[in-house]
Amino acid sequence: MLSLRNSRWQRRTDFIFRILTVLCASVIAFVLVLIIYELFVNSGPSFKKFGLRFLVSSIWNPVTGEFGALSSIFGTIVSTIIAMALAVPLAIVTALFLTELVSPAISKLVGIGIELLAAVPSIIYGMWGLFVFAPFMSNHIQPALAQWFGFLPLFSGPPMGIGMLTAGIILALMVVPFICAVTRDVFLMVPSVIKESAFGMGATTWEVTSKVTIRYGLQGIIGACFLGLGRAIGETMAVTFVIGNDHNISASLFSAGNSIASTLANEFSEASDPLYLSSLVELGLTLFLITIVIQSLAWVWLRRMKRKMRVTL
Amino acid sequence: MKDRSLFIRHSVNFGIKVISSLSAVLTLFMLGWILYVVASRGLGAFHLDFFLKLPTPPGVPGGGIANAIIGTALITLLATLIGVPVGILAGIYLAEYGLDSRASNAVRFLANILMGTPSIIIGVFVYTILVMRMGNFSGYAGAIALGIIILPVVARTTEDMLRLVPNSMRESALALGAPRWKVILGIVFRSAKAGLVTGVLLAIARVSGETAPLLFTALNSPYWVKSLNEPVANLTVTIFNYAMSPYADWKEKAWGASLLIMFGVLGVSILARWFFREKRV
Repeated sequence: MLSLRNSRWQRRTDFIFRILTVLCASVIAFVLVLIIYELFVNSGPSFKKFGLRFLVSSIWNPVTGEFGALSSIFGTIVSTIIAMALAVPLAIVTALFLTELVSPAISKLVGIGIELLAAVPSIIYGMWGLFVFAPFMSNHIQPALAQWFGFLPLFSGPPMGIGMLTAGIILALMVVPFICAVTRDVFLMVPSVIKESAFGMGATTWEVTSKVTIRYGLQGIIGACFLGLGRAIGETMAVTFVIGNDHNISASLFSAGNSIASTLANEFSEASDPLYLSSLVELGLTLFLITIVIQSLAWVWLRRMKRKMRVTL
Repeated sequence: MKDRSLFIRHSVNFGIKVISSLSAVLTLFMLGWILYVVASRGLGAFHLDFFLKLPTPPGVPGGGIANAIIGTALITLLATLIGVPVGILAGIYLAEYGLDSRASNAVRFLANILMGTPSIIIGVFVYTILVMRMGNFSGYAGAIALGIIILPVVARTTEDMLRLVPNSMRESALALGAPRWKVILGIVFRSAKAGLVTGVLLAIARVSGETAPLLFTALNSPYWVKSLNEPVANLTVTIFNYAMSPYADWKEKAWGASLLIMFGVLGVSILARWFFREKRV
C-alpha cells in the first residue's frame, strides 16, 4: 500500500518536473517569436509611411522626419565585407598552425590565447580602437595605403583614422577567434587515416591541407564562416566607437560611415518622436532578419558536416 | 596531379608554414597589445576614491564610479537568477527528454538563433516590451535583457554536458527505482557538475561585459542604486559615455572601468576553464 502510494507520488513529481523542463525549453521559442512580433508591430508606423522606400532611401533626417536605411545598410555590408575578407584567410591559416604545425602543448597555449581574444568584451575593443588603433591607422597604415593605392577611389580622402576600414579591421580581429575555433574543430574531425594516406603518398603539409583536409571539411568551414559573419554583422559597440557615425555613403574606405547597429546605439535613447523610434525599430528588424538568415545557413552547413562525419566514421 | 618540381612544392609548403605561424603570432600580438593598453592606461585611474565614491560633475576632479560597480554587480546577479535556472531546465529537456525528437530539434535550432542574435536587438526588444510600456528605464529591464542573452547559452552548454554522462549511469539509478527527476538532479548532475559550472560561469562572464543591451534598458545614472525600478548606473554604459566625453578626467575613468571589466571577464573565463580541467582529469 505504501509503495503504491509512493509510486503514484513519484509518477506525479516526475510528471511535474518534466512539464517544468518543457516549459523552460518553450521559453526560448517564445522569446524568439516575441522578439519578431514586437519588432514587427513597433516598426509599423515607419513601414506604413515609407514602405519599401525605407530600404533604398539614403536620406536620414530626424528634423524633417524623413528616414531611409540605405546608408546604415551600406555601412553594415561594407564593414562586414572588409572584416570577412581579412578574417577568413587569417582564421584558416591560424587553425592550420594549431592543428598541423606545432606540438599539442603549444597549440593548447596559443588556443587559450585566441579564446581569450574572443572573451574580451566588445566595448574594450571600442576603447582600444578609438584611442589607440585609430591614431595608429591614421599615422601609419592609411598614409601608406594612400601612397601605394591612392589612385583607387577606395583609398582616397584624408586619413582620419576612424572610418569604414578601421571598423572592418577591428571586426575582423573580433571574429577571427570564432572562425578559427570552429575551423580547428573541423580540421580535427577529419579522420587521420585519410590525412596519413596523403602524407604517405609524399604530399607536403600544405598539399594535405589544401587537397584533403580543407576539401573534406569544406562544409564545416563554410558553416564557421557564416557563424563569424553573423557575429560581425550585428557587432555594435566596437563599431560604434570607430566607424565615425555619419549617415554617409562614400566610395572611400577612409571616410566615416555608420552601420545598422551603430545607428541604433547612437540614436535610440534620443529618439523622442514616435516615427523616429519606429524607423529605428525597423532598422533593428532589418538587421535581425539578416542575422536569422545567416545563422540558419551556418547551422545548416555545420549540421551537414556533422552528419557526413557520422556516416563516414 | 600536375607534375611539379619538388623544390617548388617544398617552397610553397614552407611559405604557407611561415604565413600560418605569422598569423598565429599576429593574433596573439593583438591580444597582448589590447591587454597591455588597457592595463597601462587603466591603472592610472585606480585610486581608493575610484572604488568608493560617486562620480563628480564634469570639471570637478576626484570622485569615482562606485555606483556603477555596484550597479553592474546587481544587474548581472539578477540576470543570472533569471537566465540560469530556466536555461538549465531547458537544457535538461533537450538532453534528457527531448533527445532527437522534432520538438527538441526545433528548440535547439531556435536556441542557436537566439544565441547569434545581436545583443543590441535584445536591447531594442526589451525597450519596446518593458521600457516603453512602463514608461521608464530601469535596472530590471537591463537584467531581463542580459537574462535573455544568458538563457540560450546555458541551455546549450547544459545539454552538451549532460550528454557526456554515460547512459549506463542513468539506467543503474532508474533500475534502483529512483524517479527520473532524482536521477537527473542527483546522479547525472553530480557527474556533470564541473561542466555545468563552467558553462554558467562563461555565460556570466559574457554578459557582464555587454554594453549594447543596457544602453536603452538600464541606461545610466550618476547616483547610488536606490531601486532597480529606475535607471541604474553600470560600468559598461559609463565607459561608453565617458569615452565619448571631451573631459580628460572622464576618459581616464573610462580606462579604469575598462580595466575593471576586463579583469572581471577574463578572470571568470580563466577560472571557468581551470575549474573544468581540474575536475575532468
